[in-house]
Amino acid sequence: MRRQRGTWVRYLLLTLAAAVFAFPFYFMVVGAFQESPTNTPDHLLPTSGWTLDNFAAIDSRIDLLGSLGNSLIFTAGVLLGTVTFGLLAGYAMARLDFRGRGATWVLMLLVQMVPFQLLMIPLYVQITRGFGLGDTYLGMILPFAINTTAVFIFTQFFRALPQEMFEAARIDGASELRILTSIAVPLVKPALTTVVLVTFIGPWNEFLWPFLITKDATLQPLAVSLANYISNVAQSTANPNGAILAGATTLAFPVVILFCLFQRYFTASNIGSAVKG
Amino acid sequence: MSTATREPRTTEVRTTRSRWWGRQPVGSLFALPYLVFVLAIFAYPLGFAVWIAFHDYFFTAPGVDVPKPFVGLDNFAAVLTDPQVLEAFRNIGVFLVINVPLTVVLSMVLATALNAGIRWAAAYRIAFYVPYLTASVSLVGVWLLLFSSGGLVNSVLGPLAPDPSWLVNSSLAMPTIALYVTWKQLGFYILLYLAALQSVPRELHESAATDGANAWQRFRNVTVPGVRATTVLVLVLAIITGANLFTEPYLLTNGGGPDGASVTPVLLIYQRGIQQQNPDTAAAIGMLLVIVVGVLSLAANRINRER
Repeated sequence: MRRQRGTWVRYLLLTLAAAVFAFPFYFMVVGAFQESPTNTPDHLLPTSGWTLDNFAAIDSRIDLLGSLGNSLIFTAGVLLGTVTFGLLAGYAMARLDFRGRGATWVLMLLVQMVPFQLLMIPLYVQITRGFGLGDTYLGMILPFAINTTAVFIFTQFFRALPQEMFEAARIDGASELRILTSIAVPLVKPALTTVVLVTFIGPWNEFLWPFLITKDATLQPLAVSLANYISNVAQSTANPNGAILAGATTLAFPVVILFCLFQRYFTASNIGSAVKG
Repeated sequence: MSTATREPRTTEVRTTRSRWWGRQPVGSLFALPYLVFVLAIFAYPLGFAVWIAFHDYFFTAPGVDVPKPFVGLDNFAAVLTDPQVLEAFRNIGVFLVINVPLTVVLSMVLATALNAGIRWAAAYRIAFYVPYLTASVSLVGVWLLLFSSGGLVNSVLGPLAPDPSWLVNSSLAMPTIALYVTWKQLGFYILLYLAALQSVPRELHESAATDGANAWQRFRNVTVPGVRATTVLVLVLAIITGANLFTEPYLLTNGGGPDGASVTPVLLIYQRGIQQQNPDTAAAIGMLLVIVVGVLSLAANRINRER
């Protein structure tokens, strides 16, 4: 009897909380397809007024496809660097005995502790003025091009593989690069998926850095152009609400879809090691 | 950050003659791109940040070399006597006082509820986790509508709605932002607690139940101490996230208004360093912020250990 009451309370608590968490999404998606998104509770379940005009409206102010493309280039660049260099460094840290490995490990731990706020100004100076990479994709990608968290994740996975396999391959005369690409990488495919999913969210949602270094609207990722629309253009537009929600939905969708598809790969330990202050 | 903290120990057979550069020196070649990256993107800017903060640094046209004299602690003195900077740090204080306890309590309670072998656990987890995954810029757009003066929240509240409304109210702007961030990040912390709860032995709960402990007593005396290490992590991460606050005050309150009530240190770094072209004071604010965050994180660590 007591036990049942406890369960009932638990479900009520979780359902209430889930409603609070999911409601803004519902509001966003429904509002994106409504002629005039509601601000009164009695129109929360719209029966009419469905339209695609909001997407046309936001597309007329910011180039929706263009900025989605920029987001994609930015994210793909970060992923490419993270996976390539992360695999190399992770393999070296886990499986290769070389001078300086201990020092590299300490460096990796230190890097996790450097906060971005401190680097923001010098990186901005360095990348826009030193390297002349303001308003370029490379400048956008560079600070995120190698992710220490990814190196940690790859190291963990490579370390879990049996040592005999590597010894055997070495005795057969395979080069280390060959061992990495033909033996080690195929065995750590779950690690690859994890790293891709965990690092995909970062650049796709990143606002501050691309916002700092892109002044050219044709290069801005969607997060930046949508933010500019919200803070500058929206006030001077007659009915911006639907357009804002349409843009927000477009930005949110790719990540949410990916997450729902690959939900089981998001284990807490991986996410936990992905956090960087 | 929590997973691997130890130098790997190789269990290979010891070769008779271990070479100075190791048995697979090619490893240094594999790690080289990473090392170059760390030097160029972390070490050099870090040193540069400190250098800028102690010099009279300003932007010049490319190729022009103007002396940038050493000014000692002048930048720090200017920053510490600047009322706007002090207000920004106070605002972060308000944020942390609301955000951190809410985050710890809510994520621990919801994770405990989720952990009890509930049906549709995956669906609940997705609901909690989706705000964390979604770009803040998207969600800010939604909250702007929900919390505007004619927004849904106020039309539900009716006469109870605050005047001036949430985000344009100088005493409510920062608390509203703190609620927003708590809501957005909570799913991630729930996931951390869920993982930690797996390692709290079931027998402890059972024996406590046999001894007649009710649900609250079990939560208080078994669950809470069992996940203490995670609580420290959550505290530290919540403090760091709070200190990094930029997007939310920038977009939700139009660049830190009303009356600077939601200006944050990172927002000031942006305004001073890039908009007003004073990278030296901006770098000094950055260093101050890092020191404050470091002290707070250490304190969180200490408090939790002593209890």
